[in-house]
Amino acid sequence: MSLANGLYQDRSSPLHRVPAGVKVLALVIVGTVVFLINDWRILLAVLAGVTALYGIARFSPRVLWAQIKPLLWLLAAFFAVQLWLNDWQAGLVVVTRLASVVLFAGLVTLTTRVSVMLAALERAMTPLRVVGVNPEKVGLAFSLVLRFIPVIASVASEVREAQKARGLDRNMIALSVPLIIHTLKMADDVADAIEARSYDPIEKA
Amino acid sequence: MNTKDIVYVALFAALMAVLGLFPPFTLPITGVPITAQSLAPMLAGAILGARRGALSVVLFLVLVALGLPLLAGGRGGFGVFLGPTGGFMIGWAISAFIIGFLIEKFWNRLNVVNTAAIIAFGGIVVLYGLGNAWVAVAVDISYWKATVGSLPFLVGDALKVFVATGAALAVRRAYPLVSHA
Repeated sequence: MSLANGLYQDRSSPLHRVPAGVKVLALVIVGTVVFLINDWRILLAVLAGVTALYGIARFSPRVLWAQIKPLLWLLAAFFAVQLWLNDWQAGLVVVTRLASVVLFAGLVTLTTRVSVMLAALERAMTPLRVVGVNPEKVGLAFSLVLRFIPVIASVASEVREAQKARGLDRNMIALSVPLIIHTLKMADDVADAIEARSYDPIEKA
Repeated sequence: MNTKDIVYVALFAALMAVLGLFPPFTLPITGVPITAQSLAPMLAGAILGARRGALSVVLFLVLVALGLPLLAGGRGGFGVFLGPTGGFMIGWAISAFIIGFLIEKFWNRLNVVNTAAIIAFGGIVVLYGLGNAWVAVAVDISYWKATVGSLPFLVGDALKVFVATGAALAVRRAYPLVSHA
């Protein structure tokens, strides 16, 4: 799992080919609709439908299981709470509702590359230019984060080594202050370097 | 937002991702895991100020939503926002903003006591207020029950207020950024 690809899993399926914007819109609709439905039978059908979509996307049951596994304990706890306060139907409503939304969202993430999602986001932001949002600036910020995560991670391990030598490797303040200051210094250098190359996102607008 | 502001925002978002890589340490007795990642919204507000601090959290959250596994434990994607803890993540951005706003207001009079109070207000009162409301709606329990359920996590967050206060005051001396905002 590389950082650039995120949680994306490549398959050749119709769902992988649906445009990112459409998938996100579908997610918003599903997320809204399941909170309006209060009948456990309909919600169970929705959950079955979402599960079937994993098959259409050519994901094995293992992929589906990996999506739902982190939630299992939480879902069991919520079911127990509803069982105690109301009845099993209410428990089923809460559990199927959450599982449907989380599985559908997982599907969107699994079938869409981060770069495609990022491009869709930048396109979607173009109308926001009117209210002063500059898509180029946002694009710059995104690429900077991706570029600097590994850099800052290596600074973090350097700081940790250095503080370990002083016996301070369990002191959160001694670990975070040098890391933050190093990050801010680096930000100044990066900003200078960007400006030295005459980068000016305002001009393009 | 000039170039420098954009870079501060971006590098702090990257820092937030890196803090998620630290192995979580588990509280004795209760067994509640504490991650360093939720320190970042407190630090972002207290060090970058309201606007840049909140934007760096938002930037981080958008990258998570787009499918990067940047949350502590390697989680990511849209699903985490729609799950029961989604309110806490949206709350991170708002708590960074509120902490930043108050830090800017009191910048010339900051000491250990008022800095800790500001960070505790934004990072605990506001954050839990929003997060628990979300839990209550998402799983259909009363607000009071959601609050009781969140109490075990309070220990870790109290600890983070302490760490964030120390770090914010040290960085304020070494690298003051808010006064130029």
